[in-house]
Amino acid sequence: MSVAEAEKTRERWQTVMSGPAPEHIKMHTRDVCVFYGAKQALFDVDLDIGEREVTALIGPSGCGKSTYLRCLNRMNDTIDICRVTGKIELEGEDIYAPSIDVVELRARVGMVFQKPNPFAKSIFDNVAYGPRIHGLAGSKSDLEDIVVSSLKKAGLYNEVSDRLHEPGTGLSGGQQQRLCIARAIAVNPEVILMDEPCSALDPIATAKVEELIDELRENYSIVIVTHSMQQAARVSQRTAFFHLGILVEVGDTDRMFTNPQDQRTQDYITGRFG
Amino acid sequence: MTDHIVTRYDNELRELAVRITQMGGLCEMALTEATAAIKKQDTESALKIIDNDVRIDDLERETEELAIHLIARRQPMANDLREIVAAVKIAADLERIGDLAKNIAKRAVALQDQSQPARIIRGLDHISEIALHQLTDVLDAYTRRDAEMAMKVWHRDSDLDAVYTSIFRELLTYMMEDPRNITLCTHLLFAAKNIERIGDHATNIAETIHYVATGETLAGERPKSDESSLATVSAEADD
Repeated sequence: MSVAEAEKTRERWQTVMSGPAPEHIKMHTRDVCVFYGAKQALFDVDLDIGEREVTALIGPSGCGKSTYLRCLNRMNDTIDICRVTGKIELEGEDIYAPSIDVVELRARVGMVFQKPNPFAKSIFDNVAYGPRIHGLAGSKSDLEDIVVSSLKKAGLYNEVSDRLHEPGTGLSGGQQQRLCIARAIAVNPEVILMDEPCSALDPIATAKVEELIDELRENYSIVIVTHSMQQAARVSQRTAFFHLGILVEVGDTDRMFTNPQDQRTQDYITGRFG
Repeated sequence: MTDHIVTRYDNELRELAVRITQMGGLCEMALTEATAAIKKQDTESALKIIDNDVRIDDLERETEELAIHLIARRQPMANDLREIVAAVKIAADLERIGDLAKNIAKRAVALQDQSQPARIIRGLDHISEIALHQLTDVLDAYTRRDAEMAMKVWHRDSDLDAVYTSIFRELLTYMMEDPRNITLCTHLLFAAKNIERIGDHATNIAETIHYVATGETLAGERPKSDESSLATVSAEADD
């Protein structure tokens, strides 16, 4: 390759792969490959997660976006045949290093799932669960403070303040999802991973969760997998497009949805994939 | 470009483009005929142009409605979104071009009984030809979504401005030569100004096409050669 060609490739790469500024990188991932047995699901993903911004991962089913998300807090460890290679760092620390305590890692990198999955416990105990096992509260009143402030941050407190000791499973779907977000927040995470958090919710509950995501990004780095392009456009500052296990393009959400650089991105977001 | 998974989406986008093409055709016709109506003092044709402007207005409204429905129903993204926003903008420019052509036609009606020395009319003919060329080219560029062709139109606008400045000077001179020319020359001056404005709208359309095709908005001022706002003709010069 000539110098000019190399320069051109580099320039193109920089437009197609524009990540956060180096000083704002929360998680740094390079050459991430994931294998399920002999089958490779992710190929050499280089992606940086920005601090205090929302990164949306989009792409058709089976493109590897959820697989990638689950690498970020070692959720894939729970799958026996799954093998992850490459470098994944949280604040410069290799999260796959032997010295890492996975339970502690998952407190720093919390997760909210597609279907709200509250424990079969009271609303209070759902949120108090994490702080209890991580020993975050020194006293009963400390614990109460954590629960109330987490519910408030999740925008749920006003709706449940008079029934904190009723079961979490009795809430509506949207409320359950916000309860799960409160539960994730309660252990004071740095990063929150969300795997299609609104796909089981109606538009109003979805809007409330999106409003919440917008507020949470002031304090947390958020990575969200979503099937809804419109949702990615609404909530995120950066969007990454995956296809067939490859990270095709990442950039400012504003640019990605008005002027994507890669034909595959354009075809996907405009609904042209055959 | 590959088709959308939803076929009706493609049809709706095509409908939008068809409206723009129709508007463009009507505008070309209006401009050509309005200039001819002044030249031939053809009041009948002028009145027809004035009536026909309603069709251009209707098409603009239809374009706007289609675009709003498309946005509401399809939530367009990327090039589709640019395409739809562009259609609305181009339709607005074409509607203005239609109005300007209509205004020229009105002057043709006003001038029906004025004697028209050929040398005074010549300039208008010339500027109208250039503007029509600009309009035709920019509409071709739209059909092909050709940013390069649109840029050529964009750059050529300064030619039109220069011709307008020279017509301005020329008409001032005729007015000074003989005050009986003033009515005719003033109308012609406004007609020429309208044509120059049509060129500006063609340039706007060129900018929009560039955005549709590349996703980049054009930064910076376009080249200008309209110096008529600074032009004066001193009485002594003609002595």
